[in-house]
Amino acid sequence: MSTAIEQARELFKDEVVTNAISRDVELPYGAGTAVLITLDNGHDHTKPNTFGPGGLLSLDAAIEAAKARTDIVAVAVTGKPFIFAVGADLTGVPAIRTHEQAEAIGKLGHDTFRKLGELDVPTFALVNGAAMGGGVEVALHCTYRTISSGVPAFALPEAFLGLVPGWGGTYLLPNLIGAEKALKLIVDNPLAQNKMIKGPQVFEMGIADAIFDPADFVEESLRWAAKVLKGDVTVERPEVDKGEAWDNAVNMARFVVEGKLHGAAPAPARAVELVAEAKNRSRDEGFAAEDEALADLIMSPELKAGLYAFDLVQKRAKRPAGAPDKSLARKVTKVGVVGAGLMAGQLALLFARRLDVPVVMTDLDQERLDKGVAYVHGEVDKLLKKGRVNQDKANHLKALVTGSLTKDAFSDADFVIEAVFERMDIKKQVFAEVEAVVSPEAILATNTSSLSITEMASGLRHPERVVGFHFFNPVAVLPLLEIIRGDKTDDASLATAFAVSKKLKKTSVLCKDAPAFVVNRLLTLFMGEVLGAVAEGTEPEVADRAVAPLGLPMSPLMLLQLVGPAVGLHVAETLNEAFPERFAVSPQLKAVVDAGKTAIFAPDLSIDPEVKALLAGGDSPSEESAILDRALRALAKEIHLMLEEGVVAEAADIDLCLITGAGWPFHTGGITPYLDKVGVSTAVNGKPFHEGDPKAF
Amino acid sequence: MSRTARDVVFVDGVRTPFGKSGKGLYAETRADDLIVRVIRELMRRNPGLPPERVDEVAIAATTQIGDQGLTLGRTAAILAGLPRSVPGYSIDRMCAGALTAATTAGAGISFGAYDVVIAGGVEHMGRHPMGEGVDPNPRIISEKLVDPSALVMGNTAENLHDRYPTITKERADAYAVRSQEKVAKAYADGKIQPDLVETLVRSAEKGFGLATQDEPPRPGTTMESLAGLKTPFRAHGNVTPGNAAGLNDGATGTLLMAEEVAEELGLDAKMRLVDFSFTGVEPEVMGVGPVPATEKLLARQGIGMDDIGLIEINEAFAVQVLAFLEHFGIADDDARVNPWGGAIAIGHPLASSGGRLMMQLARQFAERPDVRYGITTMCVGLGMGGTILWENTNYEGGK
Repeated sequence: MSTAIEQARELFKDEVVTNAISRDVELPYGAGTAVLITLDNGHDHTKPNTFGPGGLLSLDAAIEAAKARTDIVAVAVTGKPFIFAVGADLTGVPAIRTHEQAEAIGKLGHDTFRKLGELDVPTFALVNGAAMGGGVEVALHCTYRTISSGVPAFALPEAFLGLVPGWGGTYLLPNLIGAEKALKLIVDNPLAQNKMIKGPQVFEMGIADAIFDPADFVEESLRWAAKVLKGDVTVERPEVDKGEAWDNAVNMARFVVEGKLHGAAPAPARAVELVAEAKNRSRDEGFAAEDEALADLIMSPELKAGLYAFDLVQKRAKRPAGAPDKSLARKVTKVGVVGAGLMAGQLALLFARRLDVPVVMTDLDQERLDKGVAYVHGEVDKLLKKGRVNQDKANHLKALVTGSLTKDAFSDADFVIEAVFERMDIKKQVFAEVEAVVSPEAILATNTSSLSITEMASGLRHPERVVGFHFFNPVAVLPLLEIIRGDKTDDASLATAFAVSKKLKKTSVLCKDAPAFVVNRLLTLFMGEVLGAVAEGTEPEVADRAVAPLGLPMSPLMLLQLVGPAVGLHVAETLNEAFPERFAVSPQLKAVVDAGKTAIFAPDLSIDPEVKALLAGGDSPSEESAILDRALRALAKEIHLMLEEGVVAEAADIDLCLITGAGWPFHTGGITPYLDKVGVSTAVNGKPFHEGDPKAF
Repeated sequence: MSRTARDVVFVDGVRTPFGKSGKGLYAETRADDLIVRVIRELMRRNPGLPPERVDEVAIAATTQIGDQGLTLGRTAAILAGLPRSVPGYSIDRMCAGALTAATTAGAGISFGAYDVVIAGGVEHMGRHPMGEGVDPNPRIISEKLVDPSALVMGNTAENLHDRYPTITKERADAYAVRSQEKVAKAYADGKIQPDLVETLVRSAEKGFGLATQDEPPRPGTTMESLAGLKTPFRAHGNVTPGNAAGLNDGATGTLLMAEEVAEELGLDAKMRLVDFSFTGVEPEVMGVGPVPATEKLLARQGIGMDDIGLIEINEAFAVQVLAFLEHFGIADDDARVNPWGGAIAIGHPLASSGGRLMMQLARQFAERPDVRYGITTMCVGLGMGGTILWENTNYEGGK
């Protein structure tokens, strides 16, 4: 073994090795003896099989042992219960220091996996459970594949993290099922919030040759393999179109990637180009190109940011920094929602679905109340129509959500959340009315996006039960929930808020009671720089385009349209009041709001000329790069100040908020790894946010 | 409302290979997975049977705990992917579990309540050793309701040697050697394999594997090799691991239906359930159970042992088979008795064994159109015997 591999093993010294365990099986119908390799890391399904150097060497040894035999008719590979294999072990990747080390990892994978396609006997992958990345590639290298109809997740998520499926995926998959379908898995799905497909789709797409029920999947797969070996079953696969269809699919993928990322992340584009060439390359050439791409990408800051972001949403999100001991949480058996507007309706539906407790909405106006409840019932009907709930469950959910004109209906509620108009006096009055009927321990939560929790609680008999519970719109899509502790909020109330958030399946981040908390403060600042540039004379289209190199999910003006100019203005006013030196209230934005404009763009996605006129201002336009720079500088400065203020525990929480509350991308790691990478952090604050590589903990 | 009893037929049977408990084939495999594999294979082998036509899934297990609990018949039906409309329940009559599943569910067919049933049993004695979790009522001891030796099956076998002094250890060992020989020959002739469904086994150490044949048989067993074995139940006793069935894991399933339904579905009725009988005996000599159970059955049907052409008797202990043979004046090596060997060699996963007796009898019937009647009979813990009388549907009269 080369020294590069030894070095790689050293980097992965904490590897949980997935062992490849060989056992002879007597195939049915007298088909002969096969070696069945089980991939098993010795843990249950909660710690899935992965491939580090140790795992690859174990698989290599198993294949070599089978290769040396003359008494077998086939080799089959399957996983441990519920898990086939979920890809490369990425824990050692941040420690990789040289291009050679990175290339060695890529090559070791290829050198091992490709043997499955180059044995003298046929090989069968029996994909019994979740398969991702390198796990999928193991299967692709085999001669034949069967899949369990119960496989819950099958994906090539590499491009989502900042890699390419470079252990054979970009070469073998398009040559198996064609470029169009392959790109769906290699590029489209990773860029669509890392979408995964299920067993039946794997079969329908032609990736697996046969599909069997989970109950006796391995037995029936081995029977099928025996029939294939005996010639009783012939596997027929449609011929892959390597002509125009291939090129069209590649061009479409190039267009999509460019449109979504504007060159901000290298991996998806690299994957597309590997697929583009896969039809012309030999196996050796294809695999060598993958090795090189992997080595380049493993060393890229985008991958480091991607892995950091992955750890944030997978791990840090599950253990919110600063949350009190969960044993302090109180039970929530009934929820009140003050208000019957759109937000209130979304909240009522979410609480009913996830907490499975009665939810009462209140409003002073019968018509609005009826509309609010009707909205929720209508959403339940949509779930029913989509088959997400059955009729019984739909009946149950509808029965859970009711309306009341008076707050007496809250008397036995343990958790009341208000979603009324964003004005302190109104909210204080609402809380006073609610406090008059509920128990002294009932939580009073506010969905305010920018008002002070402490002030809202002042004047109550029990201010310690007030917490901020700030959702992001659309509630069903964005996972973030900013949980805000007021000055007097006690641990039990806060613990209850976190417990409720967990049941709601939200990602919660504890925030101090600071103006606009985290996401709105930063987005408003960011937007303010763009609007400022426009006001100074930059064309709105130019300013809007200036931040495209970040690869954000939508442009600043599109975001402004989504949240609504009036809401945007309101948050800006709050922040201006708190920090006048950094947050301006844009007179132009105010003019747009005053003009009653609710949209920035016309239906054809050009900027509404009237809005454009209202936004326009001075005569000193800026270059795109200058606008991007000033926006990044503003962010770096503000995040630094927020951390000094203690708005959240660490920079990692800022990034977690931006990823889960604003959809900011993995390849920027939220934002602080990006600010470090481009040097803005040091330029503005004198030091980076992260010493060395960004770490989620 | 008047009703006519319907004829009930055995259509098919399938079992997992039997394993040795402890460190054997199924050491890390669940019991419910075994019975699920069997049920699915039964359905697969009978594509003419629409799954929704199954009216009941009766599954026996002696220890109904953990993976053998949770109303196993229903759980197994769900896990096997049968339609939700198919009900199921669990049965326990210790070793005669599957036998009782067949008689109980079969009686329901005759009564007209069911058309089609799956009857089977499973016992994973490795995961669930005999007596796991039992809590015998103290009155059993204080009122001497049952001799304390009755709770240990090996002791009841020693007691049976006392009752039948002519059955010596040598006779028991000779019987055991023949059982091993017959199983070896039946395997060589391919008689056993058709009833087996290859079954996935798992081992954390060895990975997944496939069980394709019974693990317990010890071909080549001789009188000499048995002579030196210990007698764990009594010093200088007669019962050894060599002349008794071992501790085993396995599952069996049978498909029973009304004869007219088998005809309607185009399925092959292999034998007809004529009658059955269960009888109690003193628990401390439970092994004698098949004697009165069979006597009662023969008397009711007005036939004699001479009319029985094939006897599948469970071999929990050699002595218990020999007691039965001695009672009926049948020679120890009579060709009618367990022609393909028995549980001493193949294994006896308690509640599942009755299914094996039935499927082997059915296959023997197919080879023996000259035989009209056969029985499957077993002794049962706590002093019972159970016998089913079957009629060969291939019987060609006296020709």
